[in-house]
Amino acid sequence: MVLLDENGIRCDGRKVDETRRVMIKAGGLKNADGSAYIEFGDNKIVAGVFGPRDVHPKHMSDTDTGILRVRYHMEPFSVGERKNPAPSRREIEISKVIKEALEPAVMLEMFPRTVVDVFIEVLQADGGTRCAALSAASVALADAGIPMRDMVAACAAGKVADTVILDVNNEEDQAGQADMPMGYMPTLEKITLLQLDGILTPEEYEKCVEIGIKGCMQVYELQKKALSEKYFNNENGRGGSGRGQKR
Amino acid sequence: MDVRRRYVIPGDTITSGPYRPEQNVTLVGDKKIVSTAVGVSEIYDNTVKVIPLAGKYIPKINDLVVGKVITHTSLSWELDINSCYVGFLPATDVFGRDFSAHADELATKLKTGDLVAARIANFDRTRDPLVTISDRDLGKIDSGELVEIAPGRVPRLIGKRGTMIQTIETATDSIITIGQNGRVVVACDDAEGLLKAKKAIRMVNSMAHSTNLTEKVREMLESGNDAPREAATERREDDKE
Repeated sequence: MVLLDENGIRCDGRKVDETRRVMIKAGGLKNADGSAYIEFGDNKIVAGVFGPRDVHPKHMSDTDTGILRVRYHMEPFSVGERKNPAPSRREIEISKVIKEALEPAVMLEMFPRTVVDVFIEVLQADGGTRCAALSAASVALADAGIPMRDMVAACAAGKVADTVILDVNNEEDQAGQADMPMGYMPTLEKITLLQLDGILTPEEYEKCVEIGIKGCMQVYELQKKALSEKYFNNENGRGGSGRGQKR
Repeated sequence: MDVRRRYVIPGDTITSGPYRPEQNVTLVGDKKIVSTAVGVSEIYDNTVKVIPLAGKYIPKINDLVVGKVITHTSLSWELDINSCYVGFLPATDVFGRDFSAHADELATKLKTGDLVAARIANFDRTRDPLVTISDRDLGKIDSGELVEIAPGRVPRLIGKRGTMIQTIETATDSIITIGQNGRVVVACDDAEGLLKAKKAIRMVNSMAHSTNLTEKVREMLESGNDAPREAATERREDDKE
């Protein structure tokens, strides 16, 4: 497979600094306190938030602050071959990194002795689910009315054919040279998630961070739009057609 | 100049002027005041706040709340106050100072499932909110229907100096108890008035962000008044025939 042709066009027809089509919808689940749905290319992910609420089991509660629990889970039908629904090593890791990426934004100290539960279900996976899941979880938290210092937007950068690219898809992740998912708080200008699978030179790393942040800003605009559409009915000049950017 | 009112989401910078941050905003750096919730930002006098459009009720001392009795021990009741914390109502508050855990049975006063109008007496980060019912107009709610709205919409239901709630009460001849926790009890002798008041409250809940809402509610109440009356007259005429 040609990951990058001589014209700088990638295997799915994108340019090197282009994200996939992104669509975010806030709300949608009736029984959760807050929820969001995201389509990030072929990724389809739902996030639901409960809380702040009582902590069970009680011994997990903290008298000084609230706690955040995140469960990232892939449906058995989310990938080509059936995935065992039991939490895998990878899912436990992603739950942990998403939790740690959200924690700087969520003002848990306002609710001591409580928990905020975030449930993320991946319905369809196509590479870059942790970024898409983090973006959706952030919208779901805002939808639940949980105080946050900033939104968290996420997008990956990477390297294929010795070229730094934005938003790595499944093929590029498998056959490429590096994948670097990033979570970013746009107003505070802080990175909350940064992982790297592969090898980058310091220059390539700098470039990845730079275009990764650009990707996060694009996702952030769509997060804003999703919340505006639900809460403000497109008043205030915000909002749009409900669809995300097109390729 | 800063915009007085606008829609914001978490992380939106409201102003970097010399204002005092109040509810649902946080200070970033030295100057920047940022929203922490989805809602409407308001700059008033020298303060900045955000009126949230989502979120749970957070108890505040002196708030009137409508609680539901969950359970009781031999010394106190626990009230569900639609929050992340349970309200704690001590038995001495109801029985008086000479309460005895041996002699007095709590279930005789308040049973599980009872609705109670209560006031938050004390609340801080270290303990669950302490509520009291020893005040005028507080205590067990015997009659009326419960309507739940989003806690963030309660100020809208009350309106500026109580205009909205007065409009609904006078138009439907009902008595409405509004808990700051988003629980509203409507008491009305007339079944039609009760339905109309409930409809008006739900309307405020769903249209909280629209402008001139009091007028819209008044219109709805008045038009609603006319329609059933016309129908009733027609029916009476039919009977005559």
